[in-house]
Amino acid sequence: MKIDFKHRHSAHCESGVSSNLLFHYGVDISEAMAFGIGAGIFFGYLPFLRVNKLPITTFRCEVGGIFKRLTKKFGVNVYWKKFRSQKKAMDALDSCLEEGIPVACRTGGYWLPYFPSALRFHFNMHNLVVYGKEGDEYLISDPVFPEPVVCHRKDLIKARFAKGALAPKGTMYYLSSIPEKIDFAPAIIKGIKEACRRMLKTPGPIIGIKGIRFLANRIEKWPKKLGKRKAILHLVQLIRMQEELGTGGGGFRFMYAAFLQEAAGILNENRLLDLSGKMTSAGDRWREFAVIGSRNCKNRATQSDSFEAMADILRDCANREAEIYQELMAVVH
Amino acid sequence: MKIEEVPQERGAISDNFHEVCYAVDDDGHYVLTASAGWEPKNIANNQVWELIEQEIAKALKGIHAGKLSPLAFHMAKNQMNKRLLAQYAGFSWWRVKRHLKPAVFKRLNLAVLERYSDVFKITMKQLQQFPENMDHLKHRKL
Repeated sequence: MKIDFKHRHSAHCESGVSSNLLFHYGVDISEAMAFGIGAGIFFGYLPFLRVNKLPITTFRCEVGGIFKRLTKKFGVNVYWKKFRSQKKAMDALDSCLEEGIPVACRTGGYWLPYFPSALRFHFNMHNLVVYGKEGDEYLISDPVFPEPVVCHRKDLIKARFAKGALAPKGTMYYLSSIPEKIDFAPAIIKGIKEACRRMLKTPGPIIGIKGIRFLANRIEKWPKKLGKRKAILHLVQLIRMQEELGTGGGGFRFMYAAFLQEAAGILNENRLLDLSGKMTSAGDRWREFAVIGSRNCKNRATQSDSFEAMADILRDCANREAEIYQELMAVVH
Repeated sequence: MKIEEVPQERGAISDNFHEVCYAVDDDGHYVLTASAGWEPKNIANNQVWELIEQEIAKALKGIHAGKLSPLAFHMAKNQMNKRLLAQYAGFSWWRVKRHLKPAVFKRLNLAVLERYSDVFKITMKQLQQFPENMDHLKHRKL
């Protein structure tokens, strides 16, 4: 049993799943567009949330947020369900497939056998689409993989019921109804507004532009406060959050720039093109940060690669992004 | 990032795998391109694997010294701590802690062992085993 589902290789799992699901129902939407309308761009330095005792830094919004906002703006109805029982979770999945509905599942990446072993870590935020079943093998469109993959029932159960932080609890979701006509322009404007508001106006010091500056101040103190070894571990974690599988490079900044470029065409607004270019430059600065950071990790740092220098790059990123979001606000107002 | 700047530095990622990178072509248009990997990322990833290897080595040392049960090795190899393993196996974490003692582990009944072997996707015999040293466990080097 196999649904005719078009697999499109994407950078990020959630925006990839969102755009691929919509595409299946005839909405021509790119991954970057889904990411932008879902207001996926974000920054948060969350020292009180830790993975392996290291603080979390996030460049994207909360898990599930992109999909939620995207479908809401489009007026698409979504069916969500969590499960306690593994059997019920798989039965529900099977019956959807029987009906010809591609189903998205939240999974723990560690248990998916097709992951390259070097990337198998415990992380429970991985989205994928199941689009068919042959015997006990499920046919899966995992957006971050170039081609569709297969996964045995046993492994899929393990992945869907992964444990630990943000456990998926068998969550599955699919699109239950789609409006006749979808208008992109108002959704884009809303999405941009949401993203800007969050980056500029979230109260507290750790979110948005203020968060980037906060992190810059912290980084400067890391070597003294934590000692060299721990400072480097913190840095490694930060680089991975920024560049690891699924950001499209530069902590989602390039993907957002691609969105702005596409939006410029749809809204017929040349100022967005200009801002897309600026966002690309901001992304390039983030990449520079990662390069210097990794030199520090490998003990290849030169004088100019100090933690202070990295903090300065971050401040520069903050300044550039602040300018971009302020101008964006003016454009979509 | 321009297309020609998209890094193709293969690290730990296996051969057939590449990921999507957003890059700008000569006309300034964004396109999706494939990236085989990037040095800073490979370095960061390797650091994480080194940490995991350290944990495994620590567990093996404990086992050889008679202070830990083979469970400690499988736990470290699967990147788990007591709390996570307890959630997967459905035990309370202090029971897992007890099972990490060699004397307790030896006396465990089959039902308990089966739960652990299910979690690790290995046979009950494999659950009792652990390697002499780290030779086959070294992950990948740049």
